[in-house]
Amino acid sequence: MNEGNLISLTRMRAGQSGIVARIQGGFGLVDRLNALGIMPGKRITKISSMIARGPVTIEVDRAQVAIGFGMANRIIVELD
Amino acid sequence: MRKILLVGNPNVGKSVIFSRLTGVRTTVSNYPGTTISYTRGFLKLGEEKVEVIDVPGTYTLEATTEAERIALRMLETGDIVINVANATNLERSLYLTLQLLEREVPVVVALNLWDDTKHRGIHVDLERLREFLGVPVIPTVAVTGEGIKELVENIPKATSPGIPTRSRDERWAAIGTIIDQVQRVDHRHHTWLEHLQDASVKPLTGGIIAIAVLISAFLVIRFIGESLIAYVLDPLFNELWAPVILGLSNLMGGSGFLHDVMVGKIAGGAVDFVESFGLLSSGLYVPFAMVLPYIISFYLVLGLLEDVGYLPRLAVLMDTMMHWLGLHGYAIIPTLLGLGCNVPAVLATRILESKRERFIASTLISIAVPCAALQAMIFGLVGRRGGQYVVIVYATLFVAWVILGTILHHAVKGFSPELLIEIPPYRLPPWRIVVQKMWMRIYGFLAEAIPIILGAIVVINIVYSLGLFDAVANLTAPVITGLLGLPKEAVISLVIGFLRKDVALGMLAPLALSAKQLVVASVVLAMFFPCIATFVVLLRELGLVNMFKSAGVMISAALITGAILNLIL
Repeated sequence: MNEGNLISLTRMRAGQSGIVARIQGGFGLVDRLNALGIMPGKRITKISSMIARGPVTIEVDRAQVAIGFGMANRIIVELD
Repeated sequence: MRKILLVGNPNVGKSVIFSRLTGVRTTVSNYPGTTISYTRGFLKLGEEKVEVIDVPGTYTLEATTEAERIALRMLETGDIVINVANATNLERSLYLTLQLLEREVPVVVALNLWDDTKHRGIHVDLERLREFLGVPVIPTVAVTGEGIKELVENIPKATSPGIPTRSRDERWAAIGTIIDQVQRVDHRHHTWLEHLQDASVKPLTGGIIAIAVLISAFLVIRFIGESLIAYVLDPLFNELWAPVILGLSNLMGGSGFLHDVMVGKIAGGAVDFVESFGLLSSGLYVPFAMVLPYIISFYLVLGLLEDVGYLPRLAVLMDTMMHWLGLHGYAIIPTLLGLGCNVPAVLATRILESKRERFIASTLISIAVPCAALQAMIFGLVGRRGGQYVVIVYATLFVAWVILGTILHHAVKGFSPELLIEIPPYRLPPWRIVVQKMWMRIYGFLAEAIPIILGAIVVINIVYSLGLFDAVANLTAPVITGLLGLPKEAVISLVIGFLRKDVALGMLAPLALSAKQLVVASVVLAMFFPCIATFVVLLRELGLVNMFKSAGVMISAALITGAILNLIL
């Protein structure tokens, strides 16, 4: 998905930063991501993504979090 | 007796604080999910003796893994909670803190990793934080012991401020307000460790780092293990202990049942420590001179990787591959632990989310991940015939791991959850902690393995002297000889493998096997059935029905793999 500055985490480039706009998923997913500090309004920086639909690593609140590809795909970020 | 619980996010140092409070040593590492069960200890609070419980880490009071469910159940039983929070990441820690404050249990907050805030440019206004939370907040550096005394002094001041239950969004809003008021972060440049951190999770540099780390780990383990054997233990046994054994053998008349149990079969006036099978010969040589050196070197290297914080990064790199096996990347941690001992490995599968993953991971570990004791014997016995045979054994186990994982992934109902983990910063671990953990694990090996090894040797001698082996051997000959191409006596080794796999492989030494037969026997022994210690843990963790399923997979996989090797080698 890509509307204006909105882009899914998997399609961001390494090194890009932005603000989480929304998480497209049920309560279970939202809860687990929230617990790691990933929620709308949070500023994140993408550090890397593994090849072959591997996990995405981001920095949020000065800590690194690795997120499986499917989950990362549901995190929509507004780029700076 | 009142109970104090240590509750907090994963990897904030609860276990280190626990050790500081109680003097009880626990395993601590630098990755989320080291503590998968609870540990108890005691602390004197003035005149009162209280129980302290180290609870597995959890981000919220809504559990997603088995370890978190254990944490939740424990929480029901506590009288006081020490909430261990991460001073370098208040945002994340406070969610659990607020949830705890909504309950009716007195709380005191230990703000751990306090020393890290200084060099990371994080400023926390402790007074304001105390006002917001309404409970004591004590900065601590558990690794050095800073702040522990103050923490203990403040336990009696723990209170329950009685915050009304809030919704998730209300809690996050409250955290936003608190952070704005109490925390200030200076901008600063990346340190070299942080650059290395980022490089470790990028596809190209990460891959290179992973290969370099794994190869050096392997080389260091072999170097230390082999050096200990060649320069310390073999000389000790050959120069000092062998004459004692020979003297004892003469004293006992050179033969007889008791002689054979104690010093084993002595042929040609020399002690063969591997083949003699007496309590004082093989019974000491196998655990101390063949296995212990590799236990020491393996746990030293594993401990370093754990404490530096490398393992979660390996999980990220391996994630795609682990998904082929119905698992996600974090399953690599129990798998690596399994290369030391399968027992803690099966327990460590509790960091995985679903029953399905735990079944697949436990089964794969029991089948295709040989423990350090068995590996030491493989290096010792198979290695003598040539390094290529050792390579064949490992390659076979690896291929079996991948194929079986793929089959289980498709055969077991359900889906594989995705990886979602916090990656801790790299830390240079204090040597004291690395050595302490290594010693705990070595002690664990000695305490658990030695009695079983000695017991197994007595059993072997009794059964041999009664001639019971022939009956069993003849009965199973079609499978052992026909299918696997091994001498029929090799079945005894498989039976003893249920007690200890290192001793079982040692039993094959006197059978004069060809290199090919030794390879087949090593692989079958590794895969066939778990040792009794692993069996008990599997039974408890998987339940009876799944244990039977798992055992079925093991036996068929071992026989099929053994038969294929017998055909193609």
